[in-house]
Amino acid sequence: MKGQPVAAVAADPAVGSGYFDAYAAVGLLAVVGVLFVAVAFSANRLLRPVVYSPEKLLAYECGVDPVGEDWAHTQIRYYVYAFLYVIFAVDAIYLFPWATVFSAAGYGAGTLVEMFVFIGFLAVGLLYAWKKGVLEWT
Amino acid sequence: MNLLDTLLRCAAALVVFLTFPLIIGQTEHKVMAHMQGRLGPMYAGGFHGWAQLVADGVKFAQKEDIVPAGADRRVFQLAPAVSLLPYLIVLLAIPVGPDGFVGQAVDAGLFFVLAVMGVGVIGKLMAGWASANKFSLLGGLRTAAQLMSYELPMVLAAASVAMAAGTLSLPGILDAFEWYWIPWQAIGAFVFFTAGLAELQRPPFDMPVADSEIIFGAYTEYTGLRFAFFLLSEYAGILVVSALTAVLFLGGWHGPLPDDLGWLWTILKTFALAFVVIWLRVTYPRLREDQLMRFAWTVLIPLALVQLALTGVIKVAIS
Repeated sequence: MKGQPVAAVAADPAVGSGYFDAYAAVGLLAVVGVLFVAVAFSANRLLRPVVYSPEKLLAYECGVDPVGEDWAHTQIRYYVYAFLYVIFAVDAIYLFPWATVFSAAGYGAGTLVEMFVFIGFLAVGLLYAWKKGVLEWT
Repeated sequence: MNLLDTLLRCAAALVVFLTFPLIIGQTEHKVMAHMQGRLGPMYAGGFHGWAQLVADGVKFAQKEDIVPAGADRRVFQLAPAVSLLPYLIVLLAIPVGPDGFVGQAVDAGLFFVLAVMGVGVIGKLMAGWASANKFSLLGGLRTAAQLMSYELPMVLAAASVAMAAGTLSLPGILDAFEWYWIPWQAIGAFVFFTAGLAELQRPPFDMPVADSEIIFGAYTEYTGLRFAFFLLSEYAGILVVSALTAVLFLGGWHGPLPDDLGWLWTILKTFALAFVVIWLRVTYPRLREDQLMRFAWTVLIPLALVQLALTGVIKVAIS
C-alpha cells in the first residue's frame, strides 16, 4: 500500500472528486464489513447445534428463575446525562470548523477572545449543572 | 477511483481488524497472568499458548445461539454487528505511515473517526434493551450514560489537536506535528486516553459490565458467536483508541528512524498504549457508578477546557 498517491490526492479538499472517492471507499468497507458479519453468522448457523429447551429461553438472573417484569424501572439520572450530553456536544461540534481557521492570518487575537467566550459559556453551563446537583448522586 | 486498489485497502483493513485485536487479547492474557504471578494460557498451539484465542474463536463458533423467549428477536440478533462494525470502519481512516500510507485519507478524518466510533453505543443500547432482562437493561443504560459522558471530553481533547494542527485530516495533523506537541498537548492526551478507556468500558471504568452487580450488563443473554463479537469489539476498540491516541498526541509515524520505517513507530506506539490499557486493568479497582460519572463531568471536562485554552493561547502566540 505504501507510497501510492491516491490517498494523498483524496486528502486535498480542493480536488473535487477526492471527496467522494474517500467516502466511496468508506462505503465499500462498510459493505465488506456487512458481508463479513453475514458470512460469519451463516457459517455459525451451519456449525452450531440447536437443542431447544424452555429453560434456556428464560432470562438469566443469577441462576434462579426470573422475578417480575422483564423490563424494569430504572434511574432517571441516566437520562439527565443524555440531555447534558446533547447540550454540550452540539456546542463542542462548532469547535471543529473553527479550529481549522482560528490561527489563520488576520484572525489571531480576535478569535482567541471568542474562544474564551465559548469556553466560558461551556464552563458556566457545567457549573450550573454541578450546582443543581445533577452531577453528584450522594 | 481505482476500484481494485480500494478493495485491497478494505481487505487490508479487515485483516488488521481480525488479527490485531487477537494479538492484544493474547497479550492481555499473558501480561495479566504474569502481573498476577500466574502463567496464563500454556497449551493451545504449543508455544506459550499462542493459539488460545483462535481456540476460543473455534469454540464460540460451535456454541448454540440462544435468543431468550422474551427478547426482541431481530434487534437482539443485530446488536453485536452494530457494536462491532464502527471500529472496522474507523481503522480505514487511521494513518500508519507517511506519504499516503493510510487505508483511506478522509478530509474531515478526525471528525469522521469520532462520529463513527459514537455509533457503537447504539449496538450496546440495542443489546441492553432487546434482551428483556433487568440486568441487561441496567447495563445498557449505564453503558449509554457512560459513553455519552466520556464522549464529550474526548471530543474536546480531539478539538484541541485540530486547533494545534489547523486541519481535521488525520494525515494532515501528523504532517503538522512537532515534537513540542507532546508536552503542549499532554493534558489533552490524558483526557483523550482516559475517556477512550471509559468508552471501551475497560477497568477501572467497567461499571456497565460489573459482574458483581449486574452479571455482564448488556451482554448477559448473549451466547456463542454473537457474544464473541461483543468481545471482539472491545479489543478492536482498544486497538482503535490506542492507535488514535498515538496518532493525535504521540506523533504517530514520527520518530528517530527514517520515514520509511514510520509505520513501525505507529505500531510500536499503538501497542505500547494497548499495554498501558492492560496494565491499568490489573492496577485499579472498579469505580462506583456515581464516581464514574462524576469523574467525567467534574474532572475530565474541566481539564479538557483548560487544554483548549492552553492550545489557543500558545497557537496564537507562536503563529
